[in-house]
Amino acid sequence: MSEISAPEKHQVTRLSANVAVMNQYAGGAVAAQSPLHHADFASLAGKSPKVGGVMLRELKLLGHLTLRGQQNNDSFMAGCAEVLGVALPIQPLTSVEKGAVSVRWRSPDEWLVVLPAEQAFDVEKALRARIQGHYSVVNVSGGQTILELSGPNARDVLKKSCPLDLHPSHFPVGKVAGTVFAKATALVRRTGEERWELVVRRSFSDYLWAWIQDASREYGLIVN
Amino acid sequence: MSQKNRLLTGGRIDRSKTLKFSYNGRQYQGYQGDTLASALLANGVDIVARSFKYSRPRGIVAAGAEEPNAVLQIGSTPATQVPNVRATQQELYNGLVCGATNGWPSVESDIMGLFGKIGGSMMPPGFYYKTFMFPQSMWETYEKYIRKAAGLGYAPTERDPDIYDKMNQHCDLMVVGAGPAGLAAALTAARSGARVILADEQAEFGGHLLSSREKIDGKPAMAWVDAVVEELGSYPNVTLLRRATVNGYHDQNFLTVHQQLTDHLGDRAPAGQARSRLHRVRAHWVVLATGAHERPLVFGNNDVPGCMIASAVATYINRYGVVPGSKLVLMTTNDGAYQTALDWADAGREVVAVVDTRAKADGDLVAAVRKRGIKVMSGSAVIEVQGKKRVSGVTVATIDARGERVSSNAHTLLECDTVASSGGWSPVVHLSCHTGSRPVWRDDIIGFVPGKTVQKQLVAGGVNGTYSLGKVLAEGFAAGQQAVQNLGLNSAKCKQPAVREIREGAPMALFHVPHTKPTSRAPKQFVDLQNDVTAAGIELAAREGFEAIEHVKRYTAMGFGTDQGKLGNINGMAIAAKARGKSIPETGTTVFRPNYTPITFGALAGRDAGALFDPKRYTAMHKWHVEHGAEFEDVGQWKRPWYYPKAGESMQQALNRECRAAREGVAILDATTLGKVDIQGKDAREFLGRVYSNAWAKLDVGKCRYGLMCHEDGMVFDDGVTSCLGENHFLMTTTTGGAAGVLEWLELYHQTEWPELEVYFTSVTDHWATMTLSGPNSRKLLEELVEGVDLSNDNFKFMDWREGKVAGVPARIFRISFTGELSFEVNVQANYGQYVWEKLFEQGAKYDLTPYGTETMHILRAEKGFIIVGQDTDGSMNPYDLGMSWCVGAKKPFSFIGKRGLLREDNLGKNRKQLVGLKTRDPKVVLPEGAQAVADPKQPVPMTLLGHISSSYWSETLGRSIALGFIRGGHERMGETVYYPMADGRVIEAEICSPIFFDPKGERQNV
Amino acid sequence: MLHIYCPHCGEYREEEEFHCKGQAHIPRPLDPDNCSDEEWGNYMYFRHNPKGLHHEIWYHSTGCQKFFNITRDTVTYEIKEVYKMGEQPSVAAKG
Repeated sequence: MSEISAPEKHQVTRLSANVAVMNQYAGGAVAAQSPLHHADFASLAGKSPKVGGVMLRELKLLGHLTLRGQQNNDSFMAGCAEVLGVALPIQPLTSVEKGAVSVRWRSPDEWLVVLPAEQAFDVEKALRARIQGHYSVVNVSGGQTILELSGPNARDVLKKSCPLDLHPSHFPVGKVAGTVFAKATALVRRTGEERWELVVRRSFSDYLWAWIQDASREYGLIVN
Repeated sequence: MSQKNRLLTGGRIDRSKTLKFSYNGRQYQGYQGDTLASALLANGVDIVARSFKYSRPRGIVAAGAEEPNAVLQIGSTPATQVPNVRATQQELYNGLVCGATNGWPSVESDIMGLFGKIGGSMMPPGFYYKTFMFPQSMWETYEKYIRKAAGLGYAPTERDPDIYDKMNQHCDLMVVGAGPAGLAAALTAARSGARVILADEQAEFGGHLLSSREKIDGKPAMAWVDAVVEELGSYPNVTLLRRATVNGYHDQNFLTVHQQLTDHLGDRAPAGQARSRLHRVRAHWVVLATGAHERPLVFGNNDVPGCMIASAVATYINRYGVVPGSKLVLMTTNDGAYQTALDWADAGREVVAVVDTRAKADGDLVAAVRKRGIKVMSGSAVIEVQGKKRVSGVTVATIDARGERVSSNAHTLLECDTVASSGGWSPVVHLSCHTGSRPVWRDDIIGFVPGKTVQKQLVAGGVNGTYSLGKVLAEGFAAGQQAVQNLGLNSAKCKQPAVREIREGAPMALFHVPHTKPTSRAPKQFVDLQNDVTAAGIELAAREGFEAIEHVKRYTAMGFGTDQGKLGNINGMAIAAKARGKSIPETGTTVFRPNYTPITFGALAGRDAGALFDPKRYTAMHKWHVEHGAEFEDVGQWKRPWYYPKAGESMQQALNRECRAAREGVAILDATTLGKVDIQGKDAREFLGRVYSNAWAKLDVGKCRYGLMCHEDGMVFDDGVTSCLGENHFLMTTTTGGAAGVLEWLELYHQTEWPELEVYFTSVTDHWATMTLSGPNSRKLLEELVEGVDLSNDNFKFMDWREGKVAGVPARIFRISFTGELSFEVNVQANYGQYVWEKLFEQGAKYDLTPYGTETMHILRAEKGFIIVGQDTDGSMNPYDLGMSWCVGAKKPFSFIGKRGLLREDNLGKNRKQLVGLKTRDPKVVLPEGAQAVADPKQPVPMTLLGHISSSYWSETLGRSIALGFIRGGHERMGETVYYPMADGRVIEAEICSPIFFDPKGERQNV
Repeated sequence: MLHIYCPHCGEYREEEEFHCKGQAHIPRPLDPDNCSDEEWGNYMYFRHNPKGLHHEIWYHSTGCQKFFNITRDTVTYEIKEVYKMGEQPSVAAKG
């Protein structure tokens, strides 16, 4: 807000440093639009049936940071743990969560951190201040959104959409897996007994929204 | 019409629920629990088809998936037509409408049938190859005639209103077939806690027990089935799939299961429900318990309606309460079929005789038949059937012990209307064969069983050649135990139920019943009823030299089509083997392929149809484009604005207006779809130098540079502007279509060739919304909204980038240009894309800010001679061909990708096709893209082609047409004339010129 | 449909998550500028087409986005071994 009321003070973070770190968050004065803004979930929620096997909501406009680094880079691992308040999960296909921050394993040298959008810049700066050696931090907040599917038939909808084995014996709460979802991709994570989240790419979100509606039809879809 | 063949009691049908249906336009009635076939037989319908080649009347032969004749067309409306439905598998529902598919004008009075004899001799095996191929010009005439006479159903003519589902499944054990073996295996595994999927093609589980009168633990067998099914249903880890045909068994235990969810309910699925679901199952272990099909015998006129397989007759009696005739003659090579005679007699109808091909028969069932006073004719065979549209009698003769010839001239004529035959059983090895496993012959069971396989596959019951119920159950339990052990689970106790063993005599290996006449002269003896393949046809194939069974198959069409040789294959192989003097195992089998039974296209397509056929990708500003009347162009999966016509404007008028705005005022393009890759690491610059053909060592922070990417062969495959964000930080852009491929290319080289380079790539394509302001007024407009950036030419030069805010939103602004005009590309986080876009329009109204689409972008860049990779290149153009030697850093220390390829002699040749501009002599004529240049349009065809037009437009700016294209040695041929001959005879004359048509010094972008 | 063990994700996944990038163990010549046309041609174009074991590069494109190697029997489609980039197969194909 202060930046907007005092535009002449806008500071370019720096051009001389090795990496261009940019506060990409416009603040509350600018109405941000999530990838499914046009679907207008808020008004759909009012019209949704009260009973159904699948519930859907968009966990929208969060901060998404892609972290890359080597597990044998102590500075990277320790720096991430310190700044995020939780250690990066090194067990493949796992995730950790602490407060408003969640971290998903994506590959042995890649993690996705989701946090409140307004914290993304400070966290990136703190990481860069703390970490030595080879790593990268990329703000990807605008490029993806999170769809949360829950309810007794949420797993059935996922089974129609992706080839993962989602049985509890194989996919416990907290597990995360990048996969084919319909004809797009998604990072699937189980966040509860009957709750799942999909990190999907912005440009595919309308297609996936249409897909999920169709695949959920037989169970009844409640939009939240 | 009365159900004249229906019994008053018995069977698994519900006589209180009458169902109406129509067949060939006539109304009939059946009961809940009927199949369409059982209902047709109950009503005394004899003819369900005309045969494929000879147009002979055909009736129902079997009671399951192996039915070759009763392949009907189902559906009451043009949208709900389903061809290729076997009446034996279609459950009856109220209001079902069906008809025979072949037979013209009808199956009852068929034109082809009138000429049956002529048709017969006209169409020997190999007929298609021999006759219709020559002369080729006649094929269209032949085809019409053949299709009309021999059609096998038709597709819906309107859009299918139903939805179809797919589901991915995973399990420890997939059990295929829910007969006694499958149930036992599934139960054993389920009790051990395994995740089990049990699938069966029928509506009810039980397999052959559904039509059997055997007892288990002293009770009717179905009581045991019901108890097992109930227990299985109580396990949360067990999935029971009814009406689910395992249609394909693929590599590494992947199975496709087609489950028909609503085909038994009506023409259309109830609202909201999927009509079918295709399960894609990945199983750790598989138990095949697919059972066996009874093999009919091959004898004279064995296709006349009333000829059936023995077990099917028993099934109709026991399961459906239908006796498909009055007077039965049963011919068998084995004891088991005697049960059919008992069932027939118990139904109160006459068994004329049991004709046993064996000289001696003395098992329990034989004794029971004899005890009933039924005539048994040993050492005999039905050699010929009388009747045309229904069996009226048979000729029985004695045969020798090996079944090779008729042993006496004394024939017995028996009057009957039904001939049931059994030549033993053929294990259903189809699924096992799908994965490439060859079945092996077993003399003791006279059949093929599944052979060696690399799949994690077990077999149990009939598919393994085991037929007595007690042994089938034992194998089922054993397979279940084996699977449990293989899965590393603790096995649970399963007590094997008690079954009274029926003593059976040895069966006889007989396939082709001899006739008094040689096969070629005897009445037709059918092997494959669906494809009209006869014993004589197979012998002819052997005489004509077709030795391999695969060749015999193709020559005769045996085992083709939807039938997949379920009834006829073994008989055919046996006849082929005998004709060649070889054994059956020496002759081998043909290959069975998925699908086991036909499947609709709807089921295969699933949800990937209509609007969901392919993902449509949208930018953050898409809604604005729609609201402002944009026409869209597909670029990859993206929907990009193509142009924005105003009311009453033609496309060309809209393009002219958009071009003028960009050249004279200010215009804006949604450029979000360009691929974007964030690159970080101390070796980022080095990496860029290796993957781009040009140099990157000296690009300063704050600067942008155009780059060209080549494959190792030196051919251009992508391009774009990459900006130096920091010493170790770059933002690469790629073409829209190339984004995913370029990222993978970077990862490939990093992970496989240069892992030592410290660099990370992250796709940010979707993260940034990109809007390009272009035109002389672009600076003025942007200045009104920008914060923190001095846009003046002195402080923000062409090919610089700056960070600031636009409309209060943090932004990176790149002063790059694809139009040749003063241009600013604004990147904001996509969540703010539409907001900033709208703010630009609010502020831009006074400058008449004009949105432009991809077509105007193409025109503007072509005026400047800028290439579009993928339009002006096709994978065979190197940078030199494109006149871009300035973009080749030949002195770079590292041998960049493409450098070595460019050193090839051919890549340095002067006579390569080179990019040039082309101006038509008549400035109003726009060359078609793809047109080929020639030096002399009067030369004889085929002409020597010099190269093609890759881009061609009307240029509003220049008031004439412009084109980019390729000409051999074109760079040295400026000013020369070339000719473009058109298909319509016109010849368009054009002059070779520089590809830069407008502002050749590039002054406009630097203002 | 192959069932492929991803050595980075540590579990089996369906083939549709992956794609094949062709024959493995074909290193880029270290000094391309000075290798003969024949050497370069071998690197660029010449590939085995064995009936039997074949070493292949696969990419877990929708998962961890890592490349790795597979030794696969082209007759039975059995995957004999999966190993990471930079590692050598323990089951070697002929030739």
